[in-house]
Amino acid sequence: MFLINCPYCGERDQSEFKAGGEAHIIRPKQPTELSDDEWAEYLFMRKNIKGIQFERWNHAHGCRKWFNIIRDTSNDEIKTVYKMGESPPKL
Amino acid sequence: MSKNLRINSSKFIDQTNRISFIFNDKKYYGYKGDTLASALLANNIHLIGRSFKYHRPRGIMTAGSEEPNAIVQLHKNTSRTEPNVRATEIEIYEGLEASSQNCWPSVNFDIGGINNFFSPILPAGFYYKTFMWPANFWEKYEYFIRKSAGLGKSPTEPDPDIYEHRYIHCDVLIIGSGISGIMAAKTSAKNGLKTLLVEEKPYLGGTTIYQNSEYFKINNQTSGSWLEKEINEIKKLKNLEIKTRTSVAAYHGYNFLLAKENLTDHLPIEIREKKIRHRLLKIRAKKVVNATGSIERPLIFDNNDRPGIFISSAIKRYADLYGVACGEKNILFTNNDSAYETAISLIQKGINVKAIIDNRENVDSKLIYEAEKNNIKIFKGFTVVDTSGYKRIKKISIMQLSKDGQKVVGSKKNLHCDCLGVSGGWTPVVHLFTQSGGKLKFREEDSVFIPNEFPSNQISVGACNGDFFLDEILINVPKSLQKFLKIKNSEYDNIEVSSFINKSNRNIWLLPSDKTFGKTKPFVDYQNDATAKDIKLALREGFRSIEHVKRYTTTGMGTDQGKLGNMHALGIISETAGTKMGELGTTTFRPPYTPLTFGTIVGRNVGEYFDIFRKTPIHNWHVKHKAEFENVGQWKRAWYYPKENESMHEAVQRESKAARESAGILDASTLGKIDIQGTDASEFLNRVYTNAWSKLAVGKCRYGLMLNEDGMVYDDGVTTRLGENHYIMTTTTGGAANVMSKLEDYLQTEWPELDVYLTSVTDHFATVSVCGPNSKKIVSEVIPDLDLSDESFPHMSFKNAKIGKINCRVMRISFTGEHSYEINIQANFGKSVWEKCMDAGKEFNITPYGTETMHLLRAEKGFIIVGQDTDATMTPIDLQMDWIVSKKKYDFIGKRSLYRSDTIKEDRKQLVGLLTENPNEVLEEGSQIVSDINKSPIEMLGHVTSSYYSPNLNKSIALGVIRGGKKMMGQRLIIPMEKKNINVTVADPVFLDKENKRLNA
Ligand SMILES: [Zn+2]
Repeated sequence: MFLINCPYCGERDQSEFKAGGEAHIIRPKQPTELSDDEWAEYLFMRKNIKGIQFERWNHAHGCRKWFNIIRDTSNDEIKTVYKMGESPPKL
Repeated sequence: MSKNLRINSSKFIDQTNRISFIFNDKKYYGYKGDTLASALLANNIHLIGRSFKYHRPRGIMTAGSEEPNAIVQLHKNTSRTEPNVRATEIEIYEGLEASSQNCWPSVNFDIGGINNFFSPILPAGFYYKTFMWPANFWEKYEYFIRKSAGLGKSPTEPDPDIYEHRYIHCDVLIIGSGISGIMAAKTSAKNGLKTLLVEEKPYLGGTTIYQNSEYFKINNQTSGSWLEKEINEIKKLKNLEIKTRTSVAAYHGYNFLLAKENLTDHLPIEIREKKIRHRLLKIRAKKVVNATGSIERPLIFDNNDRPGIFISSAIKRYADLYGVACGEKNILFTNNDSAYETAISLIQKGINVKAIIDNRENVDSKLIYEAEKNNIKIFKGFTVVDTSGYKRIKKISIMQLSKDGQKVVGSKKNLHCDCLGVSGGWTPVVHLFTQSGGKLKFREEDSVFIPNEFPSNQISVGACNGDFFLDEILINVPKSLQKFLKIKNSEYDNIEVSSFINKSNRNIWLLPSDKTFGKTKPFVDYQNDATAKDIKLALREGFRSIEHVKRYTTTGMGTDQGKLGNMHALGIISETAGTKMGELGTTTFRPPYTPLTFGTIVGRNVGEYFDIFRKTPIHNWHVKHKAEFENVGQWKRAWYYPKENESMHEAVQRESKAARESAGILDASTLGKIDIQGTDASEFLNRVYTNAWSKLAVGKCRYGLMLNEDGMVYDDGVTTRLGENHYIMTTTTGGAANVMSKLEDYLQTEWPELDVYLTSVTDHFATVSVCGPNSKKIVSEVIPDLDLSDESFPHMSFKNAKIGKINCRVMRISFTGEHSYEINIQANFGKSVWEKCMDAGKEFNITPYGTETMHLLRAEKGFIIVGQDTDATMTPIDLQMDWIVSKKKYDFIGKRSLYRSDTIKEDRKQLVGLLTENPNEVLEEGSQIVSDINKSPIEMLGHVTSSYYSPNLNKSIALGVIRGGKKMMGQRLIIPMEKKNINVTVADPVFLDKENKRLNA
């Protein structure tokens, strides 16, 4: 079970958090302008990397804040944690 | 049988404290400190059980948690009965009752033993090959298998014991209290680190604590007495918590470990009442030191499984620690020096050791010399080729090994014995290490897998790291601890060690025999009766992956997870397939390391705490009025209120009629409620709902439908504009938490520029819904100051009001199609408002109704229930709810998906009404809908989602989803049931009051 360093609360047990999938997928500003394929790209396509992955997590049973983490999915090591809206730090 | 094999007064056994126990219905005696195994051995009992497949007689092989054979059932036919308990671990107590498993009718005469003689028909994969075909024979096979095999009996009564969970946070966790663990504990605690030491046995010190040989000394003391002093010293350390009888079951990522602390299993049953039996420790450690030691390997030769055949180090432990001789005519068989330690220890206690068979040639050491001096006949370069003795070993046959160890040569010699100790070298216990994600490497010199890459903040020290010998431990362990714990001074500088062991070994995974291969039974996995032959057969049949061979042969799949034989299985595969051990890898070790009972896993979460439920503020009223409840999410909701002998159907029919004819009352407190405030609140609602919100006037309510980005309906509910920048949203009961989380997600990640604040207020308000033609009269009596005229308070509007001094919010909204009001009030006044409404409604026969009636009433009106009539594949268009999808809004969640090529298909499943040909026939929810039953295969068009008998329409009504259903109005379809086909007609989903006249009635 991970120990996640919430940027607002500090280190907490994984059971307090909810995973929210891949990070940095921006909702298109003008969805109606997009073709079916372009919209499908946003809607369905995820990288699902074995290795370094950027993810969104939510401190659901805590401060309720969403934030990003960088996790190595091959060994679950969390490299770093950063707030929503911040660009990912260089590793 | 009554022979006493207790040989001396071991200081670990309290000979003044005699304890009686029962084994297979006979009474025996042992002493405090004994395990069931040591006490049985002292009574000369060797036959403990039968093996799983061939039902061969089996005895005790080990003295620890790796035991494959000696597993027993405790306290049979009682609520505390427990199967698969290892006799080598359970401590005896007054009144202990144990019996053999896997034997029918008794351990001494076993029907299944006959399998042994037919073993050629039980090869690897036997179960897969035989019982798969013909399939309809399975029931017969199953009966036979269940009767004659199986691993003990599970209890049939509720568990009377109490269990609990505890979180522990520490700087350093040390697993295992052998010499390495004790050194680690001292080093860590003395340097100010909060340290936890756990040990699965009841005493500290591992195998060193009973070591009093002159050949192994530390600072000129025997290693045992040196360690005893160390233990006495660490017991005084303040930073150190020591837990014995505590075994680590699982080692997860981020140094999160689960351990079972056993508190009462060693106590007489009478004094266990009200005591906690096991405590599951949830440990989060900054650093972990694995000091889990090693397990001695057996040797693989023909008939290596008879009662009386032990692991050599177990014989030593029984003699040194428990003061018990495993036999009177002992022979040892080894490929290394460890067996000589056992021999010398036995000789010192006056126990006869006849011979040592050593597969090494030209080998010499001080220990071997000492053994020879004591008249033990040593056969160097020999191997055991066979054993005999059905219920106890009687004789072994030995032959000389060829130079390359692949064959036997010369003539066969027979030696008589009543106990054979085998030693195949040592295997580091790396189970927990690999569970945590650790990677192993293969060390060729002595054929062991040792820890290589450490995934988290941990190290392995001592025997579990491949340092088996005293001198290696005392040099290497302090060094690695110093580095790992970042400590300047070692506690163990200038220590003197003397160790006279020869470290060589001659590893032969499968020892050769004079018989042709296939005629022998060299067991690799004792518990599952997997032999070397089975493994070779699996390889011949094409299995290559170690994981596949494991499953096919069942090697390592018993309750012991093959702790003894796994290495040999790998070795034999490697040799047969010509793959290097290091490349072959090992099978995955999965938690738990030793089995856990369900009680330990659930802890205090039993009975009403198993799945904690939520109650509304009005709950006790429903209970008092004999409501039946249903679970909705975590909530208990009143389902219906049966009067006297009413059936559910009768109650629901009565409630439904009353609600439409006079007045009904519903507890709607469970609906999710989200308070939304901020200058952009209207814009926010515009984006999350399909319909438009900016023009909703203050004081008005609106129904909203929420989609996912994929266009599928996610939730629905009524939202009320309380003020210019203030809304209250209601959600479905089950969807509340998810809606909240979804809204927060958009607000925080996609639209952080919006000035909106969300607060969950579900628990803050109780909601009483009064409906029916007389609802207005009832509410006006409860809140006399409120103007309820249609002009001032029309449908879909809201007013603040007061009941006495208490503020409340009243919404005129309806989920039944009747004129109705929802009173929202601070939760703790919920019950009193409910009772006020009941009083005021008495003259109108106000009828409390539950969720079932609510569902029926809304179905009459064709209102959907998200999650019942929808299933995450339904768009608003599919639901015939086009009216709620704004054409004008540029965007909202899911809008773009409503015209994807897939969502605009005309043959999508669409919501329709269904009327049965026979109005009294009520459809079953979930039934399939078809048009042609003669077609093969029958084409499924859809299914029934809601179905009721409507007392207000006097007919059966149903909702369903049907492919292309919108265009099928009036068409006849068929619902095929088990015994009949039901004819239905596709209809408008609104069955009652299409003009909504009742809302203002
Ligand atoms: Zn937080």
